[in-house]
Amino acid sequence: MSSGLLFALTGVILFALGVAGVVLITPLLRRILAFNLMGSGAFLVLVGLAQRNGMSDPVPQAMVLTGIVVAVAATALALALARKLHALTGGLELPADDDD
Amino acid sequence: MTHHELLPLAVLASSLLPGLVIFALPESWHATRTTLNLLGAVTKVALVAVLLAGVSAGEDYAFRTAVLPGLDLAFRADALGMLFITLSAILWLFTTLYAVGYLEGAPHRSRFFGFFSLCVTATMGIAMAANLFTFFVFYELLTLSTFPLVVHRGTDQAMRGGTIYLAYTLTGGTLLLTGIVWLHHLIGHTEFAHAGIAAALGSEYAGQLKLIFLLLIAGVGVKAALVPLHGWLPQAMVAPAPVSALLHAVAVVKAGAFGIVRIVYEVYGVELAQSLDLLTPLAIAAAVTILWGSFRALFQDDLKKRLAYSTVSQVSYIALGVALFGPIGTIGGLVHLVHQGIMKITLFFCAGNYAETLGIHKVSEMDGAGRRMPLTTLAFSIGACGMIGVPFTAGAVSKAWLMDGATAAGMDWAIWVLWTSSLLNAAYFLPILWRAWFRRAAAAWPEEHIARRGWRETAGLLLLPPLVTAAATVAVAVFADSAISPLTWARLIAAGEYRP
Amino acid sequence: MIDPVVWLILLPLAWATLAFVLGPGRGAWAALAGLLAQLGLAVTLAAKVGAGGTAVTHQVGGWGAPLGIDLAIDGLSAAMLLLTQIVALPLAVYAHAYFKRDDPARRYFWPIFGFLIAGLDALFVSADLFNLYVTLELVGLAAVALVAMGGAAQQIAAALRYLFATLVGSGAYLFGVALLYGATGTVSIATLTPLVTMDAPRLVWIAAGLMLVGLMVKTALFPFHFWLPPAHGGAPAPVSALLSALVVKASFYLILRLWLGPLQSLLPTFAWAMALLGAAAILWGSWQAIRAVRLKTLIAYSTVAQLGYLFLIFPLLSGGLALQTAVMQVFAHGLAKAGMFLAAGVLIHATGQDRVAGLAGAAGHLPVTLFAFGLSGMTLMGLPPSSGFLAKWLLIDAALAQDAYAIVAVVLAGGLLAAVYVFRVLRQAFLQAPKTAMLHRVPRSLEWTAFLLAAASVLLGLRGVELMQLVGAVT
Repeated sequence: MSSGLLFALTGVILFALGVAGVVLITPLLRRILAFNLMGSGAFLVLVGLAQRNGMSDPVPQAMVLTGIVVAVAATALALALARKLHALTGGLELPADDDD
Repeated sequence: MTHHELLPLAVLASSLLPGLVIFALPESWHATRTTLNLLGAVTKVALVAVLLAGVSAGEDYAFRTAVLPGLDLAFRADALGMLFITLSAILWLFTTLYAVGYLEGAPHRSRFFGFFSLCVTATMGIAMAANLFTFFVFYELLTLSTFPLVVHRGTDQAMRGGTIYLAYTLTGGTLLLTGIVWLHHLIGHTEFAHAGIAAALGSEYAGQLKLIFLLLIAGVGVKAALVPLHGWLPQAMVAPAPVSALLHAVAVVKAGAFGIVRIVYEVYGVELAQSLDLLTPLAIAAAVTILWGSFRALFQDDLKKRLAYSTVSQVSYIALGVALFGPIGTIGGLVHLVHQGIMKITLFFCAGNYAETLGIHKVSEMDGAGRRMPLTTLAFSIGACGMIGVPFTAGAVSKAWLMDGATAAGMDWAIWVLWTSSLLNAAYFLPILWRAWFRRAAAAWPEEHIARRGWRETAGLLLLPPLVTAAATVAVAVFADSAISPLTWARLIAAGEYRP
Repeated sequence: MIDPVVWLILLPLAWATLAFVLGPGRGAWAALAGLLAQLGLAVTLAAKVGAGGTAVTHQVGGWGAPLGIDLAIDGLSAAMLLLTQIVALPLAVYAHAYFKRDDPARRYFWPIFGFLIAGLDALFVSADLFNLYVTLELVGLAAVALVAMGGAAQQIAAALRYLFATLVGSGAYLFGVALLYGATGTVSIATLTPLVTMDAPRLVWIAAGLMLVGLMVKTALFPFHFWLPPAHGGAPAPVSALLSALVVKASFYLILRLWLGPLQSLLPTFAWAMALLGAAAILWGSWQAIRAVRLKTLIAYSTVAQLGYLFLIFPLLSGGLALQTAVMQVFAHGLAKAGMFLAAGVLIHATGQDRVAGLAGAAGHLPVTLFAFGLSGMTLMGLPPSSGFLAKWLLIDAALAQDAYAIVAVVLAGGLLAAVYVFRVLRQAFLQAPKTAMLHRVPRSLEWTAFLLAAASVLLGLRGVELMQLVGAVT
């Protein structure tokens, strides 16, 4: 098994764990961490599959760099919102959805 | 744009533009509002007169614009449409006068007259539609513009009536749309044409065509109050009298009946309809409606509800006329479209007068009304006699032609239906007349709003319209053979429909 | 030489930054000027595409793919760009009058609004899958920030919920892009299209499924719609309008692009599942709207229902006019929903409360707003003469052509259900007002911008030919 494929498979597992985390975990900070895990998983797949061609492929590497920037921005936003929520409610969990 | 294209649009604009302006007027600008209303109504009658002269001379007035590739919004003033347009335009003028008098001092008049104008615009659009697509557009616009009029008073009862009205008409609209899209899908267009367009399809489509016919007739049948789709009509009586007059004589029910006429003659063609055995079921549905409506009317104490069931019954005379294969039946149905309009509006104007002047809403409260309001009761009597079919009234003329048409079509049972209906009409109208003329009045009227001044039993604007339409009821019968009578026009249309 | 494509992206970025620097007062004017210019550019571009018949392309900075970014505009892109600018301009006018002087939301609205528009414009002209991901994220993050703008705990929570949903959605999409790249070696849409066939490797199928699910989450298709009602229902009126009218359409546009382009051969497998979810969305969304207590929640659930119509198209895509049908529905809903949310904003502002039952009589004093709501309602119900009716007609016609009678039934039922919840609100206007009803004054520009958008949705229904030709020009 080439290293590229190994990276890719790890990426798949990380992605799955990340998604499960965002969906199922309740404490906010951990959900944000789970989202980052998810993103990292996707990036690993991109980079890992890129390595399979023998020569390293610059395009997915460029894509991953862009993706990391996007993920940082999203994390920053999430943390800012979480901090505001904590300031307002004192807790770090999403309140139950009151559907009216 | 030539004046041939402009004129149909001008007819629409003559009520649309004043309507839009009236919406924006402050509530207190009564004079401006009334002026705009009447200006629009008079302009419309003038434009319609021009159209009428042109169409009888053989001129072609049409306007067409593409909405989607292959789908046109198209208007055309043809003989059949002119029948409906002329009726609507003239009766709108009188209803406007009546409404101004009736709503004196009432709130939300800008809103009322705004939607009133939209309602008439929609009716004009229906009359001038040159294909089913355009017909449908204005048909649904009519639903939307009449809803605010039905719920105008804002009471719980009004809202209930409005909800029922919407439920029926929107469902009917859905059925109609299904039929239209299906037909459009099969033929490629839905243009009205002499002898119809459905005949172009081969016989393998017969099953689909029958189903489409059912959908189309059910769709327009809601507004035409065919049993069992008539349930909204008595409930809609919660609206003010000018609205009931408009709905029952001019706009909504006639639009439905007009739709039936267009579908049978200009979408399917009467020959195809006959060969697909569609006319007999239609005749039966019409007959059931005629009898059921008259029957229910017997048991209504509320005056407007009694008139509502009478309308249910009478509008189906038109459907019956259409279903009687042959020019005589057609003439009977078409001329009744006009005659029923004139007679029914008279009755509703009078009902409104009783309510507005004396607070009378029920038949049982009508004792002695003839002595107190002789002119109104005279008009009411003429209208009632017309409904029954007393000679020298409009109703008698239409009934005579319908009965002849039944014989010519070999549907003698329809004659029996028409006679029974006349008897039932007498049974529920004559007691009202007897009460009004021959019984002594009760100690006090339910609520006397308008006092009697000399011969002026009520406000002038409330008195004039019913007297004019009552006079018309007699005039169209006495002068039925003149060149400008509705009967002559109906004969012209029928001759056109049956030519090879 | 002004290249409209580039400036449609640069201008909003410019005025967004300017608004951040100048503050809300002058920033708003910068935004309005920018949007006006953008509208002109969008119209020019649409005319060029419509007339030329060939797709316009542009290489950013002169660097071509695969290392550079290619932009491409065809009829569909031009139409979406047009819709975006047409909705954004009146919305900006509305927002300018809506946010009060001391409203903290006002400070951040204009910059984030600008970034959102820039993101949308960039999305509609992107020609490769990864750039689409970046622009999609930009749009999503800006939208989340707008939702959180109200500042209350409820809204922050709604924003966080939306954020997580959107991140999972775009995460799934990105994962799909990664798999696709691994399988085919390219992310350019034009290059991918001939490469993907029915016997593509399993990797491609998984990628397709993942991308579809991810985008469905972002489009709030049933059953992934849970984030939409709190987000759209809780945000300030101009934000709700923006979200419902444009943002959810961005991810739908992407689904359309993918399944009309690269993943076309895989469509038959997925199409009926999409339609089924669409039908469920229509029925469930309408039902919830009928039951809703608050006005904005009602309108938000209406969005959930209306988005369902868009997904009914997919089994019919092999027919002639299916793409045009989708665009007509997008336009109809975009214009009508924007108008409706803006009208709701006026009603809520005037009555000081946001329950449907509390609108009695007050609506009678705001005829322009009521007409705006009524005209929007007409479009949503699919009653003539509105663009919603044209979309309905096209949809039924397409369904009949393919004998998809179930779709016809769902479309008709949806119209009737919409009538129930629209008239729930409209009837309030005719109820006799309780004597204690208090009415706050509402600036004229709020009422008229709502009316403008609503009227546009109806007027489009009188003349849809040009739009159809634009979209039919090149796909």
